[in-house]
Amino acid sequence: MSSAPSPVRRAFSSPLASILVIAVTVLWTIPTLGLLVTSLRPKQDVATSGWWEAFVHPDLGLANYHTVLFEDGFGTSGGLMPYLVNSLAISVPATLFPLVLAAMAAYALAWVRFRGADTVFFVIFALQIVPLQMALIPVLRLFSGGAHLGPVTLVPAVDLRGTYAPVWLAHTMFALPLAIFLLHNFIAQLPRDLMEAAIVDGASHFKIFRSIVLPLCTPALASFAIFQFLWVWNDLLVALTFSGGTSDVAPMTVRLAQLSGSFGGRWELLTAGAFLSLIVPLAVFFALQRYFVRGLLAGSVKG
Amino acid sequence: MPTDVPTHAAGVLRLADSTWTDASIKLGNSLGAIAGFLGVLLVVFFAAGRAKGRLTRPLAVAVLLGPAALLLAVGLVVPLVRTVFLSFHGDDSTRFVGGRNYGWAFTTPGIHDVLLTTLLWLVVAPLAATGLGLVLALLVDRMRGQAVYKSLIFMPMAVSLVGASIIWKFVYEARDPSQPQIGLLSQLAVSLGWEHPPNWILEQPLNNFLLMAVMVWVQTGFAMVVLSAAIKAIPDEITEAARLDGATGFQLFRSVTVPMIRTTLVVVLTTVMITTLKAFDIVRTMTGGNFGTQVLANEMYSQSFVQFDVGRGSALAVILFLAVTPLVAYNIVQLRKERSVR
Repeated sequence: MSSAPSPVRRAFSSPLASILVIAVTVLWTIPTLGLLVTSLRPKQDVATSGWWEAFVHPDLGLANYHTVLFEDGFGTSGGLMPYLVNSLAISVPATLFPLVLAAMAAYALAWVRFRGADTVFFVIFALQIVPLQMALIPVLRLFSGGAHLGPVTLVPAVDLRGTYAPVWLAHTMFALPLAIFLLHNFIAQLPRDLMEAAIVDGASHFKIFRSIVLPLCTPALASFAIFQFLWVWNDLLVALTFSGGTSDVAPMTVRLAQLSGSFGGRWELLTAGAFLSLIVPLAVFFALQRYFVRGLLAGSVKG
Repeated sequence: MPTDVPTHAAGVLRLADSTWTDASIKLGNSLGAIAGFLGVLLVVFFAAGRAKGRLTRPLAVAVLLGPAALLLAVGLVVPLVRTVFLSFHGDDSTRFVGGRNYGWAFTTPGIHDVLLTTLLWLVVAPLAATGLGLVLALLVDRMRGQAVYKSLIFMPMAVSLVGASIIWKFVYEARDPSQPQIGLLSQLAVSLGWEHPPNWILEQPLNNFLLMAVMVWVQTGFAMVVLSAAIKAIPDEITEAARLDGATGFQLFRSVTVPMIRTTLVVVLTTVMITTLKAFDIVRTMTGGNFGTQVLANEMYSQSFVQFDVGRGSALAVILFLAVTPLVAYNIVQLRKERSVR
């Protein structure tokens, strides 16, 4: 994608500019590199010399990862493996649920004509204002105590402690405003002729949604899915509130936040744990970054 | 004792076995939930799709929009109302206390500091990330191999704030000057001839800026990518025309580029600000809010879930909400304008 340089860009291009960009890139990459190198070094080396020494006397191995994943030594019985599994078991449904529900809602708002559709759309957009912190306590109370209007029980209390359900539900709820907004922008732009032809053929809205809308907006669905997956995988607040912090349910982020306080001195283990939590999102990011960027731009650059 | 060895080995094996069993059960549950969810949807779609006549449209709206609307009402609308209600009540949420929680928030010196620190975050981190992102967006496009630079600068976006905090905590790690340093920043300071570099994380108010640096590290790539797309979208005719009028270099940037991408700049600034305002992971992981680094989002969490004062926690949440509202309202106004143009 090389176009003729615009005058503005030309004005900013000089050897000095290149040096600045390279300097920033190096500066941005070194901290992560340091984490990776440290996680591969033996305990003794980490404690007595800086990670850059490893380039002079390389002695690298995966021992720290084994300790962190499977052994009791890292402040947890059974290591981080259960938390890694939790992260995965939380992220996949918490990506899929809001994706499907938001696509359904976005289709209804865009193509099923009904009075008030515009108002509903703007209300949903505005709900993005609500900070998660505000919703945590009431939603938590709903899960633990049910909902009551005076003496009438609207929703009975369900004991969901020790299961993933509250975390999935919370992530789904909190993701919907942005998801509906982004997918609506895409679905509303599908060709009108196509939709009308399908209705004339006698297809129900459900059939149109399944066999026309879903296949056509795969790119938008994919980019939002990546975005949501990274967000859920990296989330601390929702997980901390709804999972209780045990190895039954809590994801990596919760455990790592705890360990970074209590295991501050054991850098060889802490860095290995942190890098483990980065591997999945980094792999997703580098494999799919084109779509990820497109998903970001769908919300930020208009027109 | 020789008999210990097999027992120990068996113990490790049992543990490993149970780890794998545990993992497959958990992932099985997760996949089961997905299958159940999709199964229910298919059945409902099939049943609702067979409806005929006047009911068709209301039924379609109810089935397609209903679940999302219900979840939004339960998850966001009701909590919003309820948090406001709770913020006027005492710690056990039964006694009405009027504006006392808000009075507490604005008069307690400790909370005062928290609000000031939060304000500092709100100004410094978004401006630094957006400013640096803009400079990089202008510079990187002309370089060979720009995709590599862009990817590497953008990469921290994929890292959790907890992970980012651990990465930077290691950079800031400080040892007694008599020992070799293992933190990069401390080593750098020593190499430059500073004999007694401070323990960065404990040094007030420097530590606040070091924590903000982590946020800037994470968000700059985002700002760069979005702004770079906006700059590419400026029509060439406009810059050409300005150039014929005699504008050059920095003038062009100031009078053409910036005005043309103003909306995007605002969106980026808003997005980073909202993330900054709500993010508490960095403070929580790096200092736990100690040493004068506490921010509103973390204090709110502590009040509600550590001190169990729901009233105060809710009041802080409402303050957070009111702080974000003007930003998002401005964005909605912009959005409506653009929709009416379309």
